[in-house]
Formats: sequence, C-alpha cells, structure tokens
Amino acid sequence: MTKKVVRINEATIRFAGDSGDGMQLTGTRFTEATAIVGNDLKTIPNYPSEIRAPLGTLAGVSAFQLMFGSTRVFTPGDMPDTLVAMNPAALKVHLRDLKKGGNILANSNAFTDKNLKMAGWEADPLTDGSLEGYTVYSMEMSKLVGKALENSDLTSKGIERTKNMFALGVLFWMYNRPIQPTEDWLRKKFAKNPSIAEANILAMKTGYNYGETTEIFTTSYSVDKAELPKGKYRNITGNVAVAYGLVAAAKKAGKELFLGSYPITPASEILHTLSGLRNYNVKTFQAEDEIAGISAAIGAAYAGALACTTTSGPGMALKTEAIGLAIITELPLVIVNVQRGGPSTGMPTKMEQSDLLQAVHGRNSDATIPVIAPLDPADCFDCAFEAARIALKYMTPVILLSDGYLGQGSGPWQIPDPKSLPEIKVSHPDSSARTEAGFMPYSRDANEARPWALPGTPGLEHRIGGLEKENITGMVSQDAENHQIMTDIRARKVQNIANEIPPSEIFGESKGKVLVIGWGSTHGSIHVAVARAQKNGQSVSQLHLRWVSPFPPDLKAICDNFDELLIPEVNMGQLALLLKAELIRPIHQLNKVRGEPFRASEIEEKINEILG
Amino acid sequence: MSESIIEIDDLNLTRKDFVPGNEVRWCPGCGDYSVLANMQKTLPIMGVKKENYAFISGIGCSSRFPYYMDTYGFHSIHGRAPAIASGVKLANPDLAVWVITGDGDGFSIGGNHMIHALRRNIDMNIMLFNNRIYGLTKGQYSPTSLLGKKTKSSPFGSVDRPFNPSAIALGANATFISRALDVDAKGLQESIKRAQRHKGASFIEVYQNCIIFNDGEFEDVENKASRPDNALFVVHGEPMIFGKDSDKGIIMNDHHPKVVTLGKDWTEKDLLVHDETNSIITNLLLEMTFDPTNPTPFGILRAVEAPTYDDMLVAQIKEITEIRGEGTLENLFYSGDVWEVK
Repeated sequence: MTKKVVRINEATIRFAGDSGDGMQLTGTRFTEATAIVGNDLKTIPNYPSEIRAPLGTLAGVSAFQLMFGSTRVFTPGDMPDTLVAMNPAALKVHLRDLKKGGNILANSNAFTDKNLKMAGWEADPLTDGSLEGYTVYSMEMSKLVGKALENSDLTSKGIERTKNMFALGVLFWMYNRPIQPTEDWLRKKFAKNPSIAEANILAMKTGYNYGETTEIFTTSYSVDKAELPKGKYRNITGNVAVAYGLVAAAKKAGKELFLGSYPITPASEILHTLSGLRNYNVKTFQAEDEIAGISAAIGAAYAGALACTTTSGPGMALKTEAIGLAIITELPLVIVNVQRGGPSTGMPTKMEQSDLLQAVHGRNSDATIPVIAPLDPADCFDCAFEAARIALKYMTPVILLSDGYLGQGSGPWQIPDPKSLPEIKVSHPDSSARTEAGFMPYSRDANEARPWALPGTPGLEHRIGGLEKENITGMVSQDAENHQIMTDIRARKVQNIANEIPPSEIFGESKGKVLVIGWGSTHGSIHVAVARAQKNGQSVSQLHLRWVSPFPPDLKAICDNFDELLIPEVNMGQLALLLKAELIRPIHQLNKVRGEPFRASEIEEKINEILG
Repeated sequence: MSESIIEIDDLNLTRKDFVPGNEVRWCPGCGDYSVLANMQKTLPIMGVKKENYAFISGIGCSSRFPYYMDTYGFHSIHGRAPAIASGVKLANPDLAVWVITGDGDGFSIGGNHMIHALRRNIDMNIMLFNNRIYGLTKGQYSPTSLLGKKTKSSPFGSVDRPFNPSAIALGANATFISRALDVDAKGLQESIKRAQRHKGASFIEVYQNCIIFNDGEFEDVENKASRPDNALFVVHGEPMIFGKDSDKGIIMNDHHPKVVTLGKDWTEKDLLVHDETNSIITNLLLEMTFDPTNPTPFGILRAVEAPTYDDMLVAQIKEITEIRGEGTLENLFYSGDVWEVK
C-alpha cells in the first residue's frame, strides 16, 4: 500500500499520559527533532505539582504541547490536531481541547476496566463510538513493545516503560521527523546502561515501523522548513535562556556571575543550569531560604560580582525586604521571578502573570525598581542581558518578570554572535577617589548612579546600609530634606531608564480603532489574534511592552492614536490598573486566571466584541 | 581571611586607623563600647590590611557597630547579616569578613541564617552581643532572656525558654566557639585574635551588659569581686580551675561537671582538662551555662579544623575549569542541537 504524504503548514500536537509515563521527555524529543527539521515552533508543558500523583487518576495527568510550522509560530497552539493519550485519564482531561476531526493516538492496553473507572469513563471510549468525529488510532502499545523487547535484559516493568518511545516513533513517522537525533541522545543519556538505551531505541523504531507498515495509518504529514531569518538556531527554554543571558552579561562586563537562590518551581532550572557552569566564572549558592538567596546575592554585589537571585511568586514575597535594601544601598542586582499561579503556594506548575503589581509596587515605602518582561523563551536571553546591563549602569536592582510558560516552554533561539553582544562598561573607583573630605559613596555620575567602590580598595573604606543615607557623603541621615532628595533621586534614576528604551514597534497601523496592549508571555496569542483581525480587515494593532517599569516614553502618544485600548492579561487586570493611572482613560480588559496562556481565539472574540 | 601572612610591622596600622570620625551613639555605660575598643585595638595587629576587613551587621544596638569602624561596612536588615556576609566572602575570598549581631538579630529573626552559616563553615567571624534583651526596641524579652524575666512584653515574667547560643553553634557543628565578657579586655582580645586566625566560621558569644533595659544581667561574672567564683576561664590543655584563690576545680561526676574544692580530697590531677578539639568537653562546658551549681565558662570553648565552603567552592571551580577548559560564550551557546537556516 502506498501511503499519502500531505503537506501542511502547521500542526499542534499534545502528548498526554500519566505523570510517570514520560510525556515531558517524549514531547521534548519530538521538539528537538522538529527544531532540527527547521520548523518554527513553540512548546508548553502542563504537569501536576505532585511528583507522582496516584497512577491513572485525572490529577496525575501530565501533558506537553507544541505547535510547529513552516511560517512563524508565536504560540504553542490553541487546539491540538493530534492528541497522544497514554491512558483513559489523559483522554478524559484533554479530549475537550482536541480539534473536531483531530487524531487520537491511544495506548489501548491502558484502557482497562480499572483505569476507565478511575478516569470516569462509563465504557471504553475507544470502542463504544463516543469518539465519533475524531480519527482514532487505537494501538496496543504495551503489548507491542513487550513483543519487540522480549529478548531484552529489561524487567517487564522496564519494558512497559518504553511505550512512550513507541508513541514517539509513531509520531516521528506520522510527521516525517528524523529519529536519529533521539537515537544519539538515548545512547548518550544511557551510556552507562546500554541495554536501556537500546531497548528504548528499539521501542521507538517499532513505533516508527508500525506507522510505516500497518494499514491503520494511511497518511503522514510533512511540514516545510520555516522561513526564519538566516543564522544558526537551537531550541531553548526560557529558564535556560535567562541563565545564558546572565552568563553573557557577566562575560561582557568582565564580572564574575554570582547566583544566590533557593529551589522553587518553576524557576529551579535557572539554578540548575548555572550550577553546571563552574568553568564559566559562575558561582552558585543554594541558600537556606529565599531571603538568604537574595541576601547572599546582595553581599556578592557589594563585593563586586554581577549578582542575581531567581525565584517565583512566594519566594518573591519573602525577598521583599531585601529588595528594599538593594534599592536603598543602590547595588546592582538582577531579580528573576518566574511567575506561577497564586496567591500563597497557589498553583506551582501553572503559569500566571499576577505578580506585576508586586514587582512594580510591592514593597514598603516609595521603592521604585525597573521591571522588564520577556515575550517569548528566546527573548528571555535578551531581557536577562538587558536587565544586567541596566543594573550595572544605573546601580540598581532590576526585576525580570518571566512566567512558568516562558520558563519551561521552549522555542527556537537564533544564536547570537558573542562578538555582536554589546560590551558592558563597569568601573570601580580606585584610591584616587578619596579626597581630603574623604570618599563620597553617594556622589553621582551622569545617570545619577553612585560609585561602586569595592571592599579591598585602599582608602575607600565606607559604610552602606538600610538606614537612609545623606546624599553624596553617605553618612546616616534622618534629615527631612535629605530623605526627600534621596527618594526623588531613586525614583528619577529608574525613570531615566526610559531613555534606554528604543521607539516602540507597533504591529499594524500606527493609528486605528483598537490597540491591543500586552506584556510578557501574552505576546504570541495577541500577535496571532491581531494578525487574524487584520486579515479580516479590522483596524487592530498590537503594542507589546518589554519594560513595564518605567513605561516607554512614546506610550501615551501611541495610545492617543487609537479609539479603544484592550489589555489581555493572565491576571485580573494589573497592567490595566497601571495604565489607567498613566493614561487616565478607560481600557478594555480581558482577564483570565486558569493556569494557562490565552488562546488566540479568546482575544479575537474580545476584539470582535469591542468592534461590535 | 586569606592565610597570606603579612608581617605585622609592615602594615604599620594602629588603633587610630580603625576609628572613623563620627560620634558613637550607644548609651553611656553600654557594654558595646568595650567590645568596639578591643576590636579596634586588636585588628591592627592581625596582619590583615585595613581595606580587606568588611563588617556586616543586621539590626539592633550592636548592629550599629560597622558605622563605628573605619573599615568597609554594611549595616543591613534584621537577621540577614550571616547570609549577606556569605555572599561577600564567596564573591571575594580575600576579604576578612566579620558579622556583628545580637541575640534578637542572630537568634530570633536570623536564627536560620546563623545555623546555616556555621554549618557551611564559610570562613568568617560571627560576633554575637548577647545582652538577653531587645534594646533598640526599648526592652522586650529576647530568645536568650531567662525564664521569669519581667520586661515590657512579659510584665508577669517570661514563659519563653531561652536559647544557649554557643550550644546552638555547637549543634550547628561550628568549628570555632568562644565566649567572652564585655568587661574582660584580655578575654575579648584573645577571642578576636583566635577567631580572625581561625579558618572557617568562628562564633564568639559576648556577654554584654545593657545598662538601660537589662542592667546587671551578668552581675555575678561582671563584678570583679564575684567573678572569680562564678566564671571559669578555660585554657586548652589545662585543668579547669577557678575561684578567688584558685582553689576550685571541675571534675566529671556521673557524666556531669561538678565543682570540687582542691585540697585534701581533690588535686589538680583529678580535674577535667580542657580540650578545645573535643566536642564532648565543649558540650560539658556549655551545659554549665545555666547550671547554678557550676561556674559560667569563658574562653575558647571549641576550635577544630574542617574544610571551608569557600575553599571547596574555589577548588571545585579550579578543578572543573582544568577538566573542561575555561567556558566561552561560543561553547555555551552551541551546547545544544544546533541547526542552520541558510
């Protein structure tokens, strides 16, 4: 039988299974193969906060979605075209998202009476006709790998665990992806245990051949290379990109990078990545708690390192007082918050954008701080680099607001030429900075930054601290007038950073009916929705903010050119609140907090509603 | 501190070099003055350049200390000084880092940082001013205040069992523990010198009188007349003898320390001999702290050698760099699966 190959522009695939089924790994391997083929892509993991929730339950379902295409891909896709369901619970949880007519690849061996009951199916959906309207590929994955691996050294449990590689093999065939990179990867990963590597490779090949030879599959799909800008690429998650951006900034500043951090989901990968870079002039310090993480970083900044701390919302709350200390001592520091659902412990593995007000205003007193927010995983590199550059130039802490979707999601990253990255100029005063009146630790340069005099420099011994200091001399001061001066300087210093922000890019016309304003990871969904609206002839443009504090200087002028403003946010209206105060005009809001990013269609609907 | 011993004379430092121009603002008669003076007297002769000292403190009366030392100083936030100091030392291992803290700062709000700094054995010196009271907030009981203590926040007497800070330091596996009295210049200087020379986290507990809110708390050992009978100054390798006439000693009795009078029944040979490297002896001494039948021990209670976090970190960086070579951005960026769009 000759099988058809259908050329498609894009596809969205979701891998879903029990949290022990290895869905994140399967998805990641498919992503790597897809990246190598040259498609543009975006990914998003979706997993429970329990490491191993009870087997077969709805709570234990872990999923990974990616969208890839031959044109630019801005989101991991709204509704999947293909759903891999390794058990009944996975099908139950994810079926409602599947496109009508979409493909379901199921491991029928897992559809036992017990599992069906646990997932809340009254009868087996694979056989009772309830999946009518979908294309169902019901495969005995467990049995097939059992047969293929009957001569392997693995235990029957070990053999059963390779079924995700079978599913991956089928998907590789179905979407014409190369299997070699995964083969290489498995051999490297299990170098010390070759029988596991070979078993997984065989399971994957069995799946691939199953697609190729059995009659249940009649069609496979091909997706052409995307027309990305020329250059070298690799796939990268936002958390790894943040780590790389910080390393790059440290190198360009001629500084040691110091990370003080405490493990927290979904930010820990930054700590993991940097901890593996001992030969890159990186010191990592896993502290006893969140407060010690930032405190050690502040100490390292005082001693002359490019210092950073990484966390998520609850950790940010704990670091609050220390952020105030970094502000008043005017030390450079990068604070990374990979946001998750809250309040309190909230939803550790689910994304949210609800720490914006905390970042901008969440401290005692008037404690202004610059806040930058990356728009996709690759942009996490640029934002981390920029955050570090600004921190060093202005002698200020900077908050980088990522989120779980950016941090753990991935996309292609055009690898920059290290030589093209700007040098970051850092200077430390030497003994000659001491005059007859002594050393002035709170004197100011053109940016109103104070000198970064390092302990160990003869003659510049001075004291800093959390008590208000007299401008210029740095002596402890509780003087009324001085406090006003210092508060004004701290605010002005942050405001001056607006001068660093390049003119805002507007997607669409610079004048029109609706301007959709976003920040952070909503960029992709907004972009797709606005593009569709523009295609429909609607007068809609997009403005995306990377700096949310300070705002870009051209913000008001741009907004004045539009009749209506719309802000979609994965929070209950935090940027909208800030912008209403900034612009003094009504703003349409689209808010949801469901632990997941917007679908483009949701934003499209809101645009249509506004335009009537 | 870095172990590079600089000839003391070469540095030519004096106490004056460590005294800044500003006015010291502790209450007149505060025990802190004596500690400050002894610190300023001792540091010039430690063979460390003045610019290499960094004093890090938290919040409280004693935490104003860095403002009164003409060295690098960081007066930070409540309880966090050990964590900040850890970052200072790791970022620049050449610095001689001192943490100044109090019983509230170091053992209430900052207790967690304290035990972890000691556990890690980061090479720095932590000096605790223990006055068993909150002074800066005007007189509430602290985690070292004794049971029954009447304060503004415990008008009917404290029902809060106190910490014995040096015992916590031992529990955290600190490699250096000493205890000194604010009025005892010799003991203070000895503690400061030994701590500064010790490689690893050093813990010095200073019994310090708060003249305003807890005056006389340590009267039995502060008072010159009663001190000899109530304080035991231990010396490594020497029997534990105390008393006005040096006629009392400590023996081991039923696994507990016990005071005996030297003379017909007991001789020096029967007494416990101090061994600062033996944690059982340190533990025995610390047990005497709250025991009214025993004197309060002072001196170098413990000093052992152990690898420091900072040394191990630097060594690991060196080792990995030797194996992998110095990382470049090219290596880093191209460490994944790379493809090219032409």
